[in-house]
Amino acid sequence: MSNHDHDHNHDHHEPLVIEDEQGNIEGQIIIDALQNLLVERNLIAPGEVRREIERIESPGVHLGARIVARAWVDDAYRARLLRDGKSAAAELSIGIGEAQLIVVENTRQTHNLVCCTLCSCYPRSILGQPPSWYISKAYRARAVREPRAVLSEFGLHIPDDVQLVVHDSNADMRYLVLPERPQGTEQMSEENLAGLVTRDCMIGVAVVGPAVTG
Amino acid sequence: MRPRFDRGDRVVVLELGKSGHVRTPFYIRGRVGTVIHRCGSFLNPEDLAVGIVAGPVVPLYRVGFFMNALWPDYVGNPSDMLYIEIYDHWLAMADNFSAAA
Repeated sequence: MSNHDHDHNHDHHEPLVIEDEQGNIEGQIIIDALQNLLVERNLIAPGEVRREIERIESPGVHLGARIVARAWVDDAYRARLLRDGKSAAAELSIGIGEAQLIVVENTRQTHNLVCCTLCSCYPRSILGQPPSWYISKAYRARAVREPRAVLSEFGLHIPDDVQLVVHDSNADMRYLVLPERPQGTEQMSEENLAGLVTRDCMIGVAVVGPAVTG
Repeated sequence: MRPRFDRGDRVVVLELGKSGHVRTPFYIRGRVGTVIHRCGSFLNPEDLAVGIVAGPVVPLYRVGFFMNALWPDYVGNPSDMLYIEIYDHWLAMADNFSAAA
């Protein structure tokens, strides 16, 4: 690479956090100042913002995993889940904060992948906060343009005879991929099955691996 | 507003040229696809973004497009698809549209 290229490559970086030598984060300074003003004027109570962040960040991947495991062991539940994700989640006392949950099922014939090209729409109430790559411009642009190349970078090779469906989560729906149940798990309990289900499998950049024995 | 389209309808995404908080990405505008699913009706995000929260609600659809139709140099299975959500006012019947054009 020439020096010329090198100098200009810096322009293409998109820093996530701007931090100075003392560790001050520019965005945080602005937020702190705004928060102090809001507290001073009694518009919010101290601690309210932190509690709200805590509430937003508390749901985790285990909720999505519970839904998947139930669908694997109960065909009637799976049918209801595919018809109306939000109601089926409610059956397990899992509240979906988003308007609707669309559950898309991976089969031998079809693999599903979820992205949000416009921002970072994600089923946060059952998967928590999205991973940083999900909100990166590279993933958002490439998932709809060359999804098979993106998946191969995640280590997932989709055979040529399998249909790939990419879901751009651009408006009011949120999407959950129902992965295929791995072979050799017939004897496993629902709880142990849920332990096999990872976040990436429910976004569609991975598939559920076989149960580890031994 | 009653939904104007139904599952299986061939539709074209309009190039409305609106600015602001539109949820129809550029890569899908002008493309022909098929309505996959009626999602119900929702407040229009273009209104919500500017503080209009009283409606009216707009029907929303999931529309499917063949990847080959979006990207001429697409590498993959010819049946690979993209599904995306499009609000009613961004759509027209594909056949009428080409007849009118």
